[in-house]
Amino acid sequence: MSLDLDLLAKIKRHEVLSMIRTGERIDGRDFDEFRPIEVRTGVISKANGSALVRLGNTQLVVGVKLEVGTPFPDTPDQGALAVNAELVPLADPTFEPGPPDENAIELSRVVDRGIRESEAIDLEELCIVEGEHCWVVFVDIHVLDHDGNLFDASLMGSVAALATAEVPEVEVEDDEVEVIEDETRPLPFRDFPISVTVAKIEDHVLVDPCLEEEIVMDARMTVTTNERGDVCAVQKGDKGEFPPKAFEEALEMAVKKSKEIRRTVKAQIES
Amino acid sequence: MAEEPERLIAEDGTRLDGRKPDELRPLRIQAGVLKRADGSAYLELGSNKIIAAVYGPRELHPRHKQKPDRAVIRFRYNMAPFSVDERKRPGPDRRSIEISKLSKEALEPALFTEYYPRTAIDIFVEVLQADAGTRCAGITAASVALADAGIEMKDLVAAVAAGKVDGHIVLDPMYYEDGYGEADVPLAMMPKYDAITLLQMDGNMTEDEFKEAVRLAKKGCKIIYREQRRALKRKYGGE
Repeated sequence: MSLDLDLLAKIKRHEVLSMIRTGERIDGRDFDEFRPIEVRTGVISKANGSALVRLGNTQLVVGVKLEVGTPFPDTPDQGALAVNAELVPLADPTFEPGPPDENAIELSRVVDRGIRESEAIDLEELCIVEGEHCWVVFVDIHVLDHDGNLFDASLMGSVAALATAEVPEVEVEDDEVEVIEDETRPLPFRDFPISVTVAKIEDHVLVDPCLEEEIVMDARMTVTTNERGDVCAVQKGDKGEFPPKAFEEALEMAVKKSKEIRRTVKAQIES
Repeated sequence: MAEEPERLIAEDGTRLDGRKPDELRPLRIQAGVLKRADGSAYLELGSNKIIAAVYGPRELHPRHKQKPDRAVIRFRYNMAPFSVDERKRPGPDRRSIEISKLSKEALEPALFTEYYPRTAIDIFVEVLQADAGTRCAGITAASVALADAGIEMKDLVAAVAAGKVDGHIVLDPMYYEDGYGEADVPLAMMPKYDAITLLQMDGNMTEDEFKEAVRLAKKGCKIIYREQRRALKRKYGGE
């Protein structure tokens, strides 16, 4: 984080903290309240699936591209999944061009685990010729405006893009795969993982931190649940710690909240 | 990975390597094993072999990376190419970059970074042989190396994973249990404060199972904590 943001943090910290101590958030939300969620799918026609997500002022686009590749040797009967996140410089004054840094890598790996561990994509359905050819699903997260909680927004966008993605039909002849672009089937998507990120600020825990809250938070915990409500990925991040009470509150808040967020995102995709 | 064993946990609850569900693998920690580093530690947990070194607090270059009010912590987790079954390509990959970031964040709560403004504290973890649980073993070793370097700390950080294997919640999963189990929950904590400083999970668990895994991993951390302190006492006296 740059020095500018450090200074801003010190000035803002007082305001954000004194409000939280009296049970209020800087933008007037309840501690267990998300910012407005807007998900639009099919925004990029060149992609096999796509979504634009607005979570308050946080904005990002997720594109799903499918390519014919080779299955991994240890999963010869499955397609492959690759999640990548780019924190492009237009989204935040501290983002810099270049290869993904540790923040972008953490973001993409947390999203990847949410999709992978919930087994949301039926990867076996994406095998073309066992051990030879399969579909590789590339999920690319492109952050446009960073106003906090990129984790949850990124998974919402990825899930929305995947749930509406189409897989081209293929013909296999003499071990050659021919892709028929204008004949497609829906991507085999069978779960709906949702993550809820909880910020710990002093003794308080709150969901969906905006950037001002992220700057002052001690630590965060992202909990990803599947449609059944089971936990399929967790990630504590940032340099603070979670004492037992904060941990339990955060976990319960996240699991409870995920049901509502899943409904919201689903409704947005269907409309 | 070799063929999946038919079952990972026997009917009487015994694991493949003969352990009980809440039992750690044999643990050995030695403080101060390197001459050049300011602090160091060597750790074996089962067949994991990990070496950690600390350099600093030392001057940080380039200077614009210095923090006027605190030290910058840098952590590098690195796996030796020969540490795993299939040779690992040298250098950082996405997994090790993520582990390095989370390990740094796991140790930082224990450090008084404000005592050492404008400096860097560099922590290096080399995995010489890996058998599941290396990120936690690395944090445990690094914490001892930090103490060995004489850096003031609120507490040592102890780390170990719990997992779900054949429907059982077990402590410190080894290779097969990690590879074929249903979930993995690495955790680091400051035992004196009962505070979690690293927590990850992947797999599938109910909320209650996850809580149980966290409880078990915390219990394991307390045993590891005792060994960390013993290692330091062996070097610096007091035992």
